[in-house]
Amino acid sequence: MTPQSTFMIAATVRVGQLKNLRTLLASMNKVPGHADPDNSLIPFSRFNRLHFARFVIIEATTTHEIKEFGVKPRLWRPTLAFLGDIDGNMHTFLAELAEQAESGLKKIFSHCDDFSEEDQNLLEWMQAHTINPKANYVNWIGRTVKQIHEEAALHRSLSTYLQKIVDDVGRENIRILRQKLLSHVEMEKYKGRLTLSPPEPTPTDWKIRNLLHMIGVPLILLLLSPLLLAIAPFFALRLRMLERSDPELFIRPSYEHINELSKQEDWDVSNQYSVFGDVKPGLFRLLTFKFILLLTNWFARHVYNRGFLARIKTIHFARWVFIDNNHRVFFASNYDGSHESYMDDFINKVGWGLNLTFSNAVGYPTTRWIIKEGAQRELAFKYTQRRHQIPTEVWYKAYPGLTAVDLARNSRIRQGVEIRQSNDAEIREWLSLI
Amino acid sequence: MKKSNDFEFDDLQGLLRFGYGKLTDSCFMLLNIANVEAAKQWLKTAPISNAVTMDSPPDTALQIAFSVHGLRILGIGESIISDFSDEFIYGMTRNENCSRRLGDIGRNTPERWEWGNDSVTTMPHILLLLYAKKGKLEAWRKTVEDERFSQAFQLLRQLPTSDSGRFEPFGFDDSISQPTIDWTYRQSTDPHERDRYSNLLAVGEMVLGYPNEYGQYTARPLVDPKKDHLATDLPDAEDDLTLKDFARNGTYLVLRELSQDVPGFWQFLDKASDSKPKKREQLAASMVGRERNGTPLIAEHIPGILRKDHGNHFTYDLDAKGNHCPISAHVRRANPRTSDLPGNITDVGIIGFIRRLAKILGFGQKPEEDLVASSRFHRLLRRGRSYGNVLAPEEAIKPDIPAAKHGLQFICLVANISRQFEFVQNAWIANSKFNGLHEEPDPLLGNREPLMSGEGTDHFNRPDPSGPMRKTCHLPQFVAVHGGGYFFMPGLRALKYISALPANGGNSSS
Repeated sequence: MTPQSTFMIAATVRVGQLKNLRTLLASMNKVPGHADPDNSLIPFSRFNRLHFARFVIIEATTTHEIKEFGVKPRLWRPTLAFLGDIDGNMHTFLAELAEQAESGLKKIFSHCDDFSEEDQNLLEWMQAHTINPKANYVNWIGRTVKQIHEEAALHRSLSTYLQKIVDDVGRENIRILRQKLLSHVEMEKYKGRLTLSPPEPTPTDWKIRNLLHMIGVPLILLLLSPLLLAIAPFFALRLRMLERSDPELFIRPSYEHINELSKQEDWDVSNQYSVFGDVKPGLFRLLTFKFILLLTNWFARHVYNRGFLARIKTIHFARWVFIDNNHRVFFASNYDGSHESYMDDFINKVGWGLNLTFSNAVGYPTTRWIIKEGAQRELAFKYTQRRHQIPTEVWYKAYPGLTAVDLARNSRIRQGVEIRQSNDAEIREWLSLI
Repeated sequence: MKKSNDFEFDDLQGLLRFGYGKLTDSCFMLLNIANVEAAKQWLKTAPISNAVTMDSPPDTALQIAFSVHGLRILGIGESIISDFSDEFIYGMTRNENCSRRLGDIGRNTPERWEWGNDSVTTMPHILLLLYAKKGKLEAWRKTVEDERFSQAFQLLRQLPTSDSGRFEPFGFDDSISQPTIDWTYRQSTDPHERDRYSNLLAVGEMVLGYPNEYGQYTARPLVDPKKDHLATDLPDAEDDLTLKDFARNGTYLVLRELSQDVPGFWQFLDKASDSKPKKREQLAASMVGRERNGTPLIAEHIPGILRKDHGNHFTYDLDAKGNHCPISAHVRRANPRTSDLPGNITDVGIIGFIRRLAKILGFGQKPEEDLVASSRFHRLLRRGRSYGNVLAPEEAIKPDIPAAKHGLQFICLVANISRQFEFVQNAWIANSKFNGLHEEPDPLLGNREPLMSGEGTDHFNRPDPSGPMRKTCHLPQFVAVHGGGYFFMPGLRALKYISALPANGGNSSS
């Protein structure tokens, strides 16, 4: 199995270069916000380990909101972020990037502060400007871009073939149908029109690190449990105090802002989401936030790694990143469906989860006991998440037209090709997927 | 708890409570205001019907709604306008993203619309809905269109309607699925008490100024009576008693003029079913999700519900795979009838709690389960009327059938255009990936435009217990959009406020 990893390179934009940078990034797009996969700056489609990528210019448009807490807003310089989700190791991928898209990347990063096009070692610079997420979510750990393409082709091929044979064979002759489908796959593989590559061996160092993480986090929590238990009442008390006193900012985002964001949306069945804001002031909120993200990361890595994040099955990748010395948080996700349905799904299915994390950020609607209300205050929530959303200048998805549910179904179809079903009910189930 | 007769039905336009089914004749007019003062004078005495029940149903009814341009021209200030939702202010064709989401691309593209596509010239100011008993419409129209009316308004377009009873032009009973508004607050909106699908819906989902299914008040224009003396007679804002509620007892009205290719529909189905009438009928029923007489394709009924109410009292819980009613069937998409949590938890106590927790955390689900939940937040109160003569399938399949116009003046009333109408139209109807499907938008309403990736959207699949799905491919477009718009249908006190606005506008600056 090839595990997924993630990268994020961030650097402040040189003063006066913002507009040029925006124009340059826009030149990579086919339609607003959507990369041409073969664009000349970074021909994304050539990187067959790359699932998603984006360029965002992180600007603090909502930084004044923290004034409501009696805190002076910190200075923030517009920052270019380049992030992506990939198969395998991040460092080898960055090396690949630096090699194959050197001139394009240099052209882009030359708009950033400490980068000069001539004498810079691109790879070293990118590595030095990497920020790791506090929590990362992968829809299906181990599912590679290659596998996704192979399985989508398998589905298409089987679907067409099943259509052709079902009338001749009769839909009740399911064993014959299966036999014919399996021979069809063999034939297509032989002709080189289908490939079903076996999974690569799981890297040993990843296995060890994963195991240590799996055991380590609960173990440390277990060891700390007497302490955690002892502070729990104080935590609860302080939490309720803050929940009562934190200002709620019911500010409607401007239509121009929403219009700007929506220009980039709904071209494909999936969309991107980048959101940026301040962490609420005070150590209590920061530690709570960090603790919740520690748990989120653990659950994402070891529990929710098979197509669902609690009740949500529409997120491909998501990450939570602390920046500006833990004063701000950046969240990025790749999801299926329109923005409105993504948010409604979130409110109705995992409002508690949103509350747990984002109630520690400025502008979030008031929660009760950290999981109640919050997102359920529908308009306040919808306003705040849109207000804090920032445009994504360039977005790339390696498999347009496919949703996470599509990917899961295609994998099940493939599984049915490789593992013989044991009874008729299972065969029918498999046939119904095709 | 309030009693039914406590509700301010006398301030509500009747359409929020009645479909006026007995008033079979109707006339929908798109009007522009030619003379603002005359229009206000006419509004002052206009016989707009309220929602109070009468001992004998009336012979006529009149309802009115305004576009944002209409409100502006009548002198409603920007301080009120800007508190309406973006969808209402900027309209159904507000940007290309909106058109993409609503499926208004290809043949449905707003550039091809006959009205409503250009906010200045083709978007009417007022929508007037006239209803009357058979044969009484002409007289009613004369009464409504008095001298002042002709001075005040200019008819931009009269939307055709016809009396086809409960049936829409394809021949299906279209009057069954409606939410029941919970006028008396019988039902809690707390998610903990809403595990099962319910047809009862909080008033605030349809009427502005009341708590919605989240227990919240939808944002709307509230007015400070100290700054605007005219507002004194407006209803109080329940959530802020120092303010008056301009929108209370009002609602948003969504109108879409749809044409239906009735011969095209039946001819395609006839070909797809080898010209066998029974097969054709079955295929049509599975596309709609009901038989032509309205019987749902789901046999099971909810315990405790009378059989006679079966038409609107069922869920798809026992047909998860869609073997009885395909997942893509029109009525299953338009209202998936899902509860907040999938399945029912019957256990109580600690076991019940653990099961509930496991569900909330997403464990123990099948891959296709729980993709669409919480239907209660996406309901529409439908009030449309069809147009064109009823055409039986046997007639429609004849190759020499003369061309005739058929369609639907789709109307729905909602308190939140974005979460209700636009969500349903986008995520459930136009989306070819609805509920785990692919290549399948709504079989009736889909525009068949391929995705950016090239993947088609012209399939309709019927899951089959034998295993392989029964696929119908290359569906043509059956329904096209010819116009549309968002309107605000005010309560009667707000209407009085509008009609009393001083000349030259500036209501809130006084």
